[in-house]
Amino acid sequence: MANDRRGDAGGEGTGLPDHELLSASDVTRTIARIAHQIIEKTADAEHVVLIGIPTRGTILARRLAAAVAEFGGTEPSVGTVDPTLYRDDLRRRPTRPLEDTQFPEGGVDDALVVLVDDVLMSGRTVRAALDALSEHGRPRAVQLAVLVDRGHRELPIRADYVGKNVPTSRSELILVSLTEIDGEDRVAIRRGAGE
Amino acid sequence: MKHLLSVTDLDAATATALLDTSDRLRQALLGREVRKLPTLRGRTVITMFYEDSTRTRVSFEIAGKWMSADTVNVSAKGSSVSKGESLRDTSLTLSAMGADCVIVRHPASGAAHRLASWSDKDHTATGTHTSIVNAGDGTHEHPTQALLDAATLRDRLGSVAGRRIGIVGDVLHSRVARSNVFLLATLGAEVVLIAPPTLLPVGVAEWPCRVSHEIDAELPGLDAVMMLRVQAERMTGGFFPSSREYAIAYGLNDTRAAMLPEHGVVLHPGPMVRGMEIAPSVADSARAAILAQVRNGVHVRMAVLYHLLAGAPE
Repeated sequence: MANDRRGDAGGEGTGLPDHELLSASDVTRTIARIAHQIIEKTADAEHVVLIGIPTRGTILARRLAAAVAEFGGTEPSVGTVDPTLYRDDLRRRPTRPLEDTQFPEGGVDDALVVLVDDVLMSGRTVRAALDALSEHGRPRAVQLAVLVDRGHRELPIRADYVGKNVPTSRSELILVSLTEIDGEDRVAIRRGAGE
Repeated sequence: MKHLLSVTDLDAATATALLDTSDRLRQALLGREVRKLPTLRGRTVITMFYEDSTRTRVSFEIAGKWMSADTVNVSAKGSSVSKGESLRDTSLTLSAMGADCVIVRHPASGAAHRLASWSDKDHTATGTHTSIVNAGDGTHEHPTQALLDAATLRDRLGSVAGRRIGIVGDVLHSRVARSNVFLLATLGAEVVLIAPPTLLPVGVAEWPCRVSHEIDAELPGLDAVMMLRVQAERMTGGFFPSSREYAIAYGLNDTRAAMLPEHGVVLHPGPMVRGMEIAPSVADSARAAILAQVRNGVHVRMAVLYHLLAGAPE
């Protein structure tokens, strides 16, 4: 999963070029579409909070919040939660560095929380994020938004908002790049580079 | 990282990673009613203290508990040590019981290193895997104290690199001073030891720091000053004429504290002897970060346990 986040595209090592799934304008349009869906599906909620999963989920959450405000919704507050301390695979890898955790003022009690991540695969990151979230308060409901759903679920978790469904094999890698940290918006797939 | 024995084993990147983890852990626990993380569930952490301690032992214990490790305290008084059991036998016994981490404080310099070498041999022989953390060995090192001091300086000053930090007092008997000199130098700070010649160890010229005997001349140029406790319990000879004279020559009183720059921070590793190395009014002033040091101590020790115990064994 973590490999999916490293957006340092370039295709070195495999010899095959990365295949583009979403261009910069596709990414913008996808975020706009998800924002519209969020406005629709959260119309009756008083307090909506977008919580991103670092690092690219947090950037997506910020962009979604801005888009929701732009399209006439009430701007949701944005936070970020690092699921690392709650992962079930810590013992299987070298020590992971911890990421940012910041909850919006007012917390998440009785709020409608939308968790935001870039790529959904096994569902284990989302499971850990749900655990972390529940320690910070009791939301009214939790929904999930992802830019790419690549399948291979290992837990009964499904996204409420999906930017693009991409059927993949386990040996493939999804590379998400976002302007804020990668200099460009792009989603690509690298064949035969995964585990 | 398998053991934490000496700050000289830490390069700048590793030390910074530990400090970053400490900040993240503080963040993760901020504003929560239940200060408990599941990260070290099922891990056993044993503190083995052959010397008196309040803050270090309690802070390691709280750090373990907040990360859901099972923590057990062994003190020399009231254990088989008082029946004559050797350090090696006690530590192997604790490993055999399944300790994932033994945190040791011992009056002999090098005790933690000995423990770690036995633990590594035991690992090859029986497959048990016990991390050793040095919580103070004689006059040698106290790595987690130096880490929490660095964390506090980073909070207060924004950075450690490029800052000038003075360490004042009984350097000779201080493992805190030694660990701080090496860690702060690794992190890019300029360290000045300020002490009477009788309280400086042999070989201090080789340390990555400058030495001065004049506190008043140094104070205006310091970003932070760390006051050391005069360790009367380790003193066998006459190191200075009287405690009154020491307080006059090296104690941090109001007049001296005022010589620090506006942003100057006052640190003390504790326990303080008020009126000796530090005046009560300075210890309670806004410059003093002494309680912040204690708070950071818990997060830094959580970070150490996280780096030793959370990931896959090396």
